[in-house]
Amino acid sequence: MYALVDGNNFYVSCERVFRPSLNGLPVCVLSNNDGCAISRSNEAKALGITMGAPWFKIKHLAETDGLVALSANFALYGDLSDRMMSLAAGLGPHQEIYSIDESFIDLSDVAGNLTERSHKIRSRILQWVGIPCGIGIGSTKTLAKLANHVAKSAERKPGSYPEQLAQVCNLAVLTPSELDAVFAATPVNEVWGIGRQISKQLIDGGVKTVLDLVRLDPAMVKRRWSVVLERTVRELQGINCVELEHSPQPKQEIACTRSFGHPVTELADLSEAVTEFASRAAQKLRKQSSLAGQVLCFIRTSPFRREEQYSRSVTIPLRRPSADTAIIVEAALTGLAAIYRRGFKLAKAGVMLLDLQPDTVQQQELALEDDGSHDRSRLMSTLDDLNQRYGRGTILLASAGLAGDRRAWSMKQERRTPGYTTCLDDLAVAHA
Amino acid sequence: MLISNRVCAGFPSPAEDLGAQRIDLTQMLIVHAQATYFLRARGTSMEGVGIFDNDILVVDKAIKPRHNHIVVAVVDGDFTAKCLYQRAGRIKLRAANPTFADIVPKEGQTLEVWGVVTSSIKQFKV
Repeated sequence: MYALVDGNNFYVSCERVFRPSLNGLPVCVLSNNDGCAISRSNEAKALGITMGAPWFKIKHLAETDGLVALSANFALYGDLSDRMMSLAAGLGPHQEIYSIDESFIDLSDVAGNLTERSHKIRSRILQWVGIPCGIGIGSTKTLAKLANHVAKSAERKPGSYPEQLAQVCNLAVLTPSELDAVFAATPVNEVWGIGRQISKQLIDGGVKTVLDLVRLDPAMVKRRWSVVLERTVRELQGINCVELEHSPQPKQEIACTRSFGHPVTELADLSEAVTEFASRAAQKLRKQSSLAGQVLCFIRTSPFRREEQYSRSVTIPLRRPSADTAIIVEAALTGLAAIYRRGFKLAKAGVMLLDLQPDTVQQQELALEDDGSHDRSRLMSTLDDLNQRYGRGTILLASAGLAGDRRAWSMKQERRTPGYTTCLDDLAVAHA
Repeated sequence: MLISNRVCAGFPSPAEDLGAQRIDLTQMLIVHAQATYFLRARGTSMEGVGIFDNDILVVDKAIKPRHNHIVVAVVDGDFTAKCLYQRAGRIKLRAANPTFADIVPKEGQTLEVWGVVTSSIKQFKV
């Protein structure tokens, strides 16, 4: 049995914690580099703003509908994610952090009423951290993910599903006919791992809802489509497919985290683990042809041991987006050194890559710097020297990529909220 | 408060690894780590309880707000630090400075408490 805990409209919700005046307004958070919407409030969704909508296409809504657009503030999101994840870990002893706002909790050994327990954890996350979550429970990860979608939709669009499934949806306690009704009300493209292309093929073939899909014969699905889709069908039927691989669409974030078999106390050991996590994450990043702009690193003790607790995270912005293992590992280790404190029995560490963008954007620059990290830093300082000596922009003229970067940077400054939880000079103000 | 009463003389016992620990401000000021945020106080309305302009407020969102707690509330979309008055079904926010009027929610309006202020930190220029 799995639970999926997922922050609603996570980046927007983080912004609203410190800017309650944004409640009720259409708000979107833009990616730093290409100016696309990467998180939308329900009000922004209602304006028809889609995930990834380019800013220049939705800009006019600021005038007409009061749309508020913010640049991504990853330092803030990283901190609130860390708080949310460590409270979510209270649901069960094994947690897999899947992305900045999602984690799976293994509930196999957890006794009691799981729905009630989830409601408690959910309201604690809302009250303590300020982030609204949806929790989905199912016998497989795919079902937990689907349940999460139901929990959120039932809350956001009353009438789409039975009211009692809002916020927390436990598919495992539904009767077969209730479950069928949920499946029938869910379009097939909402299933985890079913990308645009496959869903189009499925719909063309008459498989429109999850109910249609779950009733297919897995063997036929394997013959006609793929092993991946066959596994998805089996997972929907409640059969765990452990080696389920989900990589149809490039991810928004890449996470690599693990609970340690034994408590870890030494920085050297942690560094080893973090190096491994960062390398693996970088590999995944290159596999989906993306670059990362920020690296989040966290360490924490176990909430299940009665000892002094410690939990810290840090977000390191990269000088420029990269998929280079050396650069990503270096950033992760810099972060680790900043948050590490002697004397704690750490149970978990992880690395997350954020602010992802396609690697095609930076091609011209990559050609310039393709050879080793030492050469790269020399090249960088040469660039800086030349620009300093002959004036800003001397070298930039040669590269469209860099000019784009500069434009993005200036926008980033304009629209980014302060580091409310990470910078003492940036604290939110309370009028007294 | 954090120091054990027993004082070890002679060789320390290897079993006594829970001896005196250096006072840790973070531990003293933060009870619920995931729920604690810092905010900057601006203004003079809370001087009566010792909160001055530019102080750092330690705000715990896990504590259930009660009568006489110092709270950070959301008023017209902004944060305000005030004393919570909660008696006989009436709720209002009171300043700790007689020159400021109470903030009373209008008919049908709810007062949103964001968190409870547990400490105020003043730092001096050195």
